[in-house]
Amino acid sequence: MSASMDRREFLKLTLCGAGLTIAVGTDGILKIASAEAQQAATAANVFHPNAFLEITPDNVVRVLSPKSELGQGTYTALAMIVADELEADWKQIRVEAAPARDEYKDPEFGMQLTGGSRGVTNFYDSFRNAGAAAKQMLVEAAANDWKVPEGECVASVGTVKHTKSGRSLTYGQLCVEAAKLPLPQKVTLKKENEFRFIGTSVPRLDVPDKVKGAGMFGIDTFVPDMLYAVVARPPAVGAKTVSMNKEAAEKIPRVKNVVTISSGMAVCADDIGAAWKGRDALDIKWDKGTHPDLDTARLENLFLKQLENKGAIARNDGNVESALKKASTKISGEYALPFLAHVTMEPMNCTAHVQKDRCDVWVPTQFQTAALEVSMKETGLKMDQVHIHTTYLGGGFGRRAEVKVVEEAVHISKAVGRPVKLLGTREEDIATDFFRPGSCSRIEGGLDEQGRLIAWSHKIAVPSIVEQWFPSMIKNGIDFTAVESISDMEYVIPNLRVEQVLVSTPLRVGFWRSVGHSSNAFPVECFMDELAHAAGMDPLAFRLNLLKDKPRATRVLQTVAEASGWGKPLPQGHGHGIAMVPSYGSWVAHVAEVSVQDSGIIKVERMVSAVDCGPYVHPNNIVAQLEGGIIMGLSAALKEKVQFNDGSVKSSNFDDYELLTMSECPKIEVHIVKSSDKRGGIGEVGVPPTAPAVANAVFNATGTRLRRLPLPLAK
Amino acid sequence: MLAMIRVKVNGKDYEADVDPGLPLLWLLREHLNLVGTKFGCGQGLCGVCTVHMDGEAVRSCQVAVGEVQDKAITTIEGIPDNHPLKIAWIEEQVPQCGYCQPGQIMQAAALVAKIPNPSEENIAEELDGILCRCGTYPRIKQAILRAARMGAKP
Repeated sequence: MSASMDRREFLKLTLCGAGLTIAVGTDGILKIASAEAQQAATAANVFHPNAFLEITPDNVVRVLSPKSELGQGTYTALAMIVADELEADWKQIRVEAAPARDEYKDPEFGMQLTGGSRGVTNFYDSFRNAGAAAKQMLVEAAANDWKVPEGECVASVGTVKHTKSGRSLTYGQLCVEAAKLPLPQKVTLKKENEFRFIGTSVPRLDVPDKVKGAGMFGIDTFVPDMLYAVVARPPAVGAKTVSMNKEAAEKIPRVKNVVTISSGMAVCADDIGAAWKGRDALDIKWDKGTHPDLDTARLENLFLKQLENKGAIARNDGNVESALKKASTKISGEYALPFLAHVTMEPMNCTAHVQKDRCDVWVPTQFQTAALEVSMKETGLKMDQVHIHTTYLGGGFGRRAEVKVVEEAVHISKAVGRPVKLLGTREEDIATDFFRPGSCSRIEGGLDEQGRLIAWSHKIAVPSIVEQWFPSMIKNGIDFTAVESISDMEYVIPNLRVEQVLVSTPLRVGFWRSVGHSSNAFPVECFMDELAHAAGMDPLAFRLNLLKDKPRATRVLQTVAEASGWGKPLPQGHGHGIAMVPSYGSWVAHVAEVSVQDSGIIKVERMVSAVDCGPYVHPNNIVAQLEGGIIMGLSAALKEKVQFNDGSVKSSNFDDYELLTMSECPKIEVHIVKSSDKRGGIGEVGVPPTAPAVANAVFNATGTRLRRLPLPLAK
Repeated sequence: MLAMIRVKVNGKDYEADVDPGLPLLWLLREHLNLVGTKFGCGQGLCGVCTVHMDGEAVRSCQVAVGEVQDKAITTIEGIPDNHPLKIAWIEEQVPQCGYCQPGQIMQAAALVAKIPNPSEENIAEELDGILCRCGTYPRIKQAILRAARMGAKP
């Protein structure tokens, strides 16, 4: 297959002395530049250097990942795509985080941001082109060296071979000569049946180091002469200091500086123990803050009250009111979800070194563009003077899309004139988190005489994520994340109305793995179950009836039903529940099997899942992401709830914000539906159907409908 | 209140001038540069800081350095790369973000030292509460069972 460059991509070659650098860009032309021309072009802003791949004489192929590795396997998947077209030897592949530069921005987002399960989908074509172009140039370099036609040379496993004479040269041996060649105007891509890596489960590149304890996370950064910085933060929302003892803190041995920052008081010391002692010695008295009445019960009442208000209409098909009047069966339900914290296992941290003409930042971040911008703002330095070094992330889930910790570390380093490692505790992580918003949904549904679903009226009260993060993305009063999985639901319902009331609270809310889908799937898929029972139908059959022209949704439902033995008798006290949610371009259905003891407590026995994410790169990683998504979904369904009290976040650590543990984890089976449809994401899609599948299974086992998360759990 | 503390970690002797009340976790990580041992909660609630003290799994955030002077400490760096658990962890492709895995492996090593052929129930009981936010529990179980088949006893 020959790919012309009409996909608004170009390939660019840079001479870097050490070897070959290939870059793929987005302006529609294949280009080549010498080092000087590249610099001139960069200076003239004609095009941006955009290197995704380097080959050096030591025979190493270095892939620069524009996406952060937070456990979702993106380093390996992107490297596989390059390596396949390049015909590389997997052993010569290394992956590094790309620097924070425009050329690494996600073409869809216009930002260098890891989110939305878009790593593979948004870089698939670019990475194939980069690998294919580099391979062609290496072949050409070999052919030139041997003075033979290119057609007699074959690239295979990191080597170009001349079949007739048996000669061969490694990519490392060829890279310097290849770098002098013009970039191909056209690249030839492999056929799918020629893939060696794509579609296989090669061992993940990050796994060996992570098993050794040698994977370098942000918290593992050391810079010579660095200080440790810890921050005393207001305990209540908007609290201000009443008094403090700065001198006492400064007297603690090894404490070097006490710095006022926007989020509190930073104490810097030669070692971490001294920094914490200094923070204690500050003995800050805080006032009660701006919302001393804030507590969990009040928040929940606020949502219920807000449901009485008129909201913005996100979708209005047909005429819901008259359809509900005509309906022969009408039911309604009110669903409530709590606020959730991310609690990445690696607490928030950032190391910064601000110098007169340079700023280095080592940070586990999902959002390089924002990290860069906030560092430039804090230091007054130019983009090319600021260097963001993305480490491994000890969990992301959206939490590390925030760069407040970068702002703080850079500010402190600048103030004290030394490198600082800013280290947050678990308590600070939870207290300063932006939460998955709590929400409340009121739904009415109507069935006709044949039990067909003819009307769905859905009103949701929820704080707006988009309003706080990207306010310009609010369209007609609608925050798309607040209604996702509702207004875009897959089911075909002739009369569908979705109304959204944005609730104002003093709390920060934000992106939490699968965002609106993760919460809205619960009311939607549970209420669908309620309607199926009202219609006297099997929940699977009821759903399939509403998905007549939706083959991908139908396939995952049928696959999961078959794999789970849907409809077969279960042991006494057991029940099963089904849920199907498309998100991020992929379709996922789960069946949960639960047992409920006489005391009413729930144990999840088994989760079976089917996923259609289109043509996939790394099947074992798809299974891993589904397993992880299901476990995170179970944790949210069964245990997690942020508590508030006296105007502050009361939850503080894993004793009062509990996560699912190994003994509570059921057996999980994941089935990948083979599909040649459009490619979708995988990192987030396992979460949404989890909670509704479990709640539906509880209903199946007990006849009790649970409409509030978290559900009670067996101990 | 600083004192010269002597500790034996992974068979090597170290000295550090620290507060004897400092948790062992921070001595290992920030003074001895053995950063494989991770900080997760500081309260003994998540287990990602698990190390061995005279062969017993302990939460290093809950042990003061003053208490470890005569003890043999083993961290993830002290488990050889050819240890069946580490091999099995790679073969099962356990880690996602990877942050909790040193703690999981250290607790697993303590388990197989006591019970060379653990059941799934033994594993769930021993590793319960070593938290993994990515959800690698099923693979951790499989890796321990695989290591046991290889003969995991160190």
